[in-house]
Amino acid sequence: MIALFSMIKRNCKVFFKDKGMFFTSLITPIILLVLYATFLRNVYVDSFSSSIPDGVNVDDKIINGMVGGELISSLLAVVCVTVAYCTNVILVRDKVSGARRDFLMSPVKQSIMGLSYFIASAISTLIIAFVTLTIGLIYIACTGWFLSVGDVFLIILDVIILSLFGTAISSIINYFLNTNGQVSAVGTIVSAGYGFICGAYMPISSFGKGLQNVLSFLPGTYGTSLIRNHFLSGVCDEMSNQGFPNEVIKGIKDSIDCNLYFFDNSVSIGAMYGVIVGAVVLLIAIYILINAINPIKKKK
Amino acid sequence: MDKIIKIEKLTKTFGDLKAVDNLSFSVRSGELFAFLGVNGAGKSTTISILCGLLSKDNGIVEIDGLDVEKNKLVINSKLGVVFQNSVLDQTLSVIDNLKSRAALYGITKNEFNTRVAELSELLDFKRLLKRTVGKLSGGERRRIDIARALLHKPQILILDEPTTGLDPQTRKLLWNVVTTLRKTENMTVLLTTHYMEEAVDADYVIIIDSGKIVAEGTPLTLKNTYTGDFITVYGGDEAVISELGYSYEKIRDAIRIAVPNTAVATELIVSRPELFTDYEVTKGNMDDVFLAVTGKKLVGGN
Repeated sequence: MIALFSMIKRNCKVFFKDKGMFFTSLITPIILLVLYATFLRNVYVDSFSSSIPDGVNVDDKIINGMVGGELISSLLAVVCVTVAYCTNVILVRDKVSGARRDFLMSPVKQSIMGLSYFIASAISTLIIAFVTLTIGLIYIACTGWFLSVGDVFLIILDVIILSLFGTAISSIINYFLNTNGQVSAVGTIVSAGYGFICGAYMPISSFGKGLQNVLSFLPGTYGTSLIRNHFLSGVCDEMSNQGFPNEVIKGIKDSIDCNLYFFDNSVSIGAMYGVIVGAVVLLIAIYILINAINPIKKKK
Repeated sequence: MDKIIKIEKLTKTFGDLKAVDNLSFSVRSGELFAFLGVNGAGKSTTISILCGLLSKDNGIVEIDGLDVEKNKLVINSKLGVVFQNSVLDQTLSVIDNLKSRAALYGITKNEFNTRVAELSELLDFKRLLKRTVGKLSGGERRRIDIARALLHKPQILILDEPTTGLDPQTRKLLWNVVTTLRKTENMTVLLTTHYMEEAVDADYVIIIDSGKIVAEGTPLTLKNTYTGDFITVYGGDEAVISELGYSYEKIRDAIRIAVPNTAVATELIVSRPELFTDYEVTKGNMDDVFLAVTGKKLVGGN
């Protein structure tokens, strides 16, 4: 236990003290925030306005609440995974620097080492994700707040689950990387690609039917939908209270992936939790398994 | 003395390359054991196998009677390794580095403070404790590397080219520490080095080439076996010396004559006293031994 706690502390310290690694992990949220602030917000507003039937007057606060919720939920859905990838880069850095060899020379089991990287990465990711969440909630409070206490707690739960999902998947990926070049290459793919395939940058409903079916097999999609549902449920309830027809609200929810469909079957919130939590458990199990395999290299 | 390291018929192949070829040797407890070879000779592969970082193809590798692969965690607590390059965290302070490494051996709180105080005294790095490792000079960093390897009082210290690129002062400090620990704690030291004068102080030396042992013995035995003596004559007449029938080389203000052994040197001096009025007789050094047995020079050697 002493070794585990010490290694977790060391890994977190290395991450936050390495300015390069720390700021790299913040690049994705910063770019997304700038993109949203500069032009994506207007795109969302136009998209939302166009889905409202003619003659229906919508309060600016509702529009801002809807757009802000979509913005921050997208941001968090991406951040929890891309930041986890960056925090997990310590594992590869240790291989490159030789620190990993040093640890392998200690009387500590390889599985404990693996666990320390996982937990440290999860802690660092959660810290950054919660800072992002706090900024997001302040933004929503300034533009249009419709969240209940329950929604906020569910959002916190979603952030934790998504961070664990991101940590688990990046732990497995990084286990097999050995050079800084590989880290950069995979990092570029993750940063650029994950936002699209999880439906954060563009709603999956806007893709073709075939691609929608393929993406419905990816657990990250359900994570994005969960967090979006919880950010927007208050706004949708308010719209319902103001007399918006259910069909209109359903149409809006379909268009921004609050409602997800697996081959035309609607996926419930409970099922979404089942998929993402199941994926986290499975990925952690795979990570433990690969760490439990004899770490002695067969080749140089 | 007991054999603390035993390697028998060790073989390791990478594709078509036999990195280690039927290697056998043993190291006795408390010994300073030097392991010499050019880059690619198989030293690092052997050490990686010995440390349990690489699997072997065939053979026996035991430390303190225990199979290295089957008892890795037990053996790890007996080993301290100073790697060729520093493996400490560059962004953390010296004390944070040592604290995180010590905890891996269960050394914390008072025990850690006591050990760090001992080592910082021994290796003279007390003033560096709060400095960031990445900002230390090469020599300062090396001292911390050694302190890290000694944190858990290992029975065996493996030094993989520990002094390469170091200033003479730090090299001297390192060897003083190693000598002290060997005397006080009967620590066994396994050394690979490019500096031949460091191998001279070893109790036993093996030279490997292409994964095989090409020579082994004490430094004196190796010098006597593989090199002759040299008579350096100051102010001698080259024309007369060339008639003696021995190979020689002219150096700045003297002539260096190579003779097969000390007996021949004595015989020559006694027979021609008029030539040897100002002279000295020296044995061949470890560089000569290395050159004689491998036909190669160690890069970086003095």
